[in-house]
Amino acid sequence: MQVITQDQSSQDRTKPVLVLDGVTKVFPGVKALSEVSLKLFPGQVMALIGENGAGKSTVVKVLTGIYQPNKGDILLNGKPIHFSTPQTAANAGITAIHQETVLFDELSVAENIFLGHAPRSNFGLIDWPEMERRSVEILDGIGANIDPSVKLRELGIANKHLVAISRALSIDASVVIMDEPTAALSYKEIEELYELVDKLRSQGKAILFISHKFDEIFHIADRYTVFRDGQFIGDGLIEDVDRTTLVKMMVGRDISQIFPSRDSHLGDEILSVENYTHVTEFADISFSLRKGEILGFYGLVGAGRSELMQALFGITNLFSGVVRIDGAEVIIGSPADAVSNGIVYVPEDRGKQGAIIDLPIFQNITLPSLGRTSKNGFIRLAEEFKLARKYTKRIDLRAASLDTNVENLSGGNQQKIVIAKWLATQPKIIIMDEPTKGIDIGSKAAVHEFMAELADQGLAVIMVSSEIPEILGMSNRVIVMREGRIVSELTDDDLKPETLVQYAAGINRER
Amino acid sequence: MKTTERIIPDRLQSPIQRYLKSWETLLLAVAVAIFIANSFASPYFLNAWNLSDATFNFTEKAMIAFAMALLIISGEIDLSVASMIALASTAMGAAVQAGFGTPVLILVGLGTGVICGAFNGILVTRMGLPSIVVTIGTMSLFRGISYIVLGDQAYRGYPSDFTFFGQGYIWWVISFEFVLFLIIAIIYGIILHKTNFGRAVFAIGNNPTGALFSGIRVQRVKFILFLLTGFMSGIAAICLTSRLGSTRPSIAFGWELEIITMVVLGGVNILGGSGSIPGVVIAAFVMGLVTFGLGLLNVPGIVMSIVIGALLIGVIAMPRIWKMTRTN
Repeated sequence: MQVITQDQSSQDRTKPVLVLDGVTKVFPGVKALSEVSLKLFPGQVMALIGENGAGKSTVVKVLTGIYQPNKGDILLNGKPIHFSTPQTAANAGITAIHQETVLFDELSVAENIFLGHAPRSNFGLIDWPEMERRSVEILDGIGANIDPSVKLRELGIANKHLVAISRALSIDASVVIMDEPTAALSYKEIEELYELVDKLRSQGKAILFISHKFDEIFHIADRYTVFRDGQFIGDGLIEDVDRTTLVKMMVGRDISQIFPSRDSHLGDEILSVENYTHVTEFADISFSLRKGEILGFYGLVGAGRSELMQALFGITNLFSGVVRIDGAEVIIGSPADAVSNGIVYVPEDRGKQGAIIDLPIFQNITLPSLGRTSKNGFIRLAEEFKLARKYTKRIDLRAASLDTNVENLSGGNQQKIVIAKWLATQPKIIIMDEPTKGIDIGSKAAVHEFMAELADQGLAVIMVSSEIPEILGMSNRVIVMREGRIVSELTDDDLKPETLVQYAAGINRER
Repeated sequence: MKTTERIIPDRLQSPIQRYLKSWETLLLAVAVAIFIANSFASPYFLNAWNLSDATFNFTEKAMIAFAMALLIISGEIDLSVASMIALASTAMGAAVQAGFGTPVLILVGLGTGVICGAFNGILVTRMGLPSIVVTIGTMSLFRGISYIVLGDQAYRGYPSDFTFFGQGYIWWVISFEFVLFLIIAIIYGIILHKTNFGRAVFAIGNNPTGALFSGIRVQRVKFILFLLTGFMSGIAAICLTSRLGSTRPSIAFGWELEIITMVVLGGVNILGGSGSIPGVVIAAFVMGLVTFGLGLLNVPGIVMSIVIGALLIGVIAMPRIWKMTRTN
């Protein structure tokens, strides 16, 4: 791989290596891509920007041979090429790092990297020494110090991600596609990913970088291309553009402010937690929350924030400590207890924990409120539709019908369903765990606005987030957690990105 | 994507459209076809008393199948149902030996079923063991107790008023068992499709984690389902013992597979999450008609089970084959 790199870095960087020209992809009833263009240059990072449903994923699938376009050309080094299967795309040197790559826990790191294209010996058997040697080469190339012979199961999340990246780089690629690569990563891991992108760039690879996060785009990209509703809107150099212009191009309208302004008037204390301790996940957690307040919880992945929230919600109940709601001590042994005490939880994992995606929208919304829509335990559909209609209206949901299964909705709309489900229970405290993770900027702004509105109406909000702009933009107060403990509580002037990161990473104490 | 359309309709498809495209409709067509085929194949088929007799082929199994349907929809399974019948029947036989009358026998039958169901339920919901393993264990355990108690003996001598449950007729050819089957079908239909409990069962079957995170008491619902399955096995034990008039440890041997076949044939997803009681009712009729029709033609039992197996695979594969031929 290193040999080829040198050739590529001397290539003309103004000549695109891969070009999509007038590509159209039609699905029954939907035009996913309509005559879009995209140019990828060697040694440059191209950010592909657009809301969910703009056609970004479709482009990735066209480039990796999963979808075949109905119209238009793909040019590789100026020559038209046709990717009939994912294999032909891989052979042409196009590889993709997906948001969530499927890896295999019970296989070794080397096997995971080379699954499907392992080097063969003369007898057609897998050449194990060669495979391990090349694995080490690739892992070293991205600065990962991982033994290729260990089972994947033994690695942490961050290292697994590096294995996924190594897998993508195990084919000799000139074009690397990264589809929301930072979605599941913590601050430190994102930094490492940036270094990796720089390394790939200096090797002369053309990188297509898909992200929702503007910070990232301005940090890492050389060029941008904007799609909206399957159409090409514009492209250019990142240095010639600013945030507002990009947002305008993406959504086709002005978003005056990224975060809603709030006139917060805090009410009485509603929740107090004292010396809350879990056997393994967190210890000595004490904090209080007032009506109308948005309390941010910041920390690195694995700091114990989600575990703490899930304990408050009654999912895990191995704890000691006291929880008071409105001054009265409560014992929450199950989510059902939590809901009846007015605590609800919007989990990070929408598809698995937040919604029951194979059930229709209205059933998802009424599930925790069936006691109110039913009579003597018997379902009353009319009441259910009434309740579902009321709350879907409040959250401004877009869907074909209330009888549509939740799985057919976009991530942003699924999140709205989960929020609507809990609002219908008329809670006192709403805990939101990474509420805008992986949803498009339009929905993101809607969730933020809505969160602010709820707080202004007197609901107490706890927001767990790893996105610093979100934490700073939304919270009245921020608690930083590290390794299962609260390390700092910040308000007003102390709320600075550097401070948060320093506390979360433990730099403030160690140096 | 467009912002013009803001009002979200409740439904796009009317319930009638949905019924027409459903599995139950397909299954009903199969049932009618078998009925017509049977009436041509055997001159004895279209006889009120023969048809009435045919219902005994499925009524007892179907009673359990309803509870099993709920259990399978919730993502669990109970393989010990036939063994619960054996144990409940044995307990009733022992009660007869001790000189008790019919009311006590009924309580003993139902009670044994409920206790067995609770035992399964505790092992699955409290200890967190997989239900397929637990009930394979209790399948041997419950019937094993019957074998120890009875050996190669049999309990007989059930009181004459006890015979009504398995041999009595309400009106003309309409048996008590058949009426009980219909009543239970309606009750289960209401539980599954018209109550909050039924909604919780579907939610749990589709996504147990999501259901838990939505405030549903998942373990409690599952425990109740195991109890119900035990209770239905008790009812089936009363009917079957009454019909046979004796208890041997091999009573209802192998029924668990027929009951699960009935549930799956009725359109219940074996992986949980979807299914309907009307589907199970039709499936019960289909299986009853097939075994009865083949019985009239003097087809041996082993061939019957081959036919039932083929029917199950055939009916389940049909929609998929249909789809494949249409897309190609």
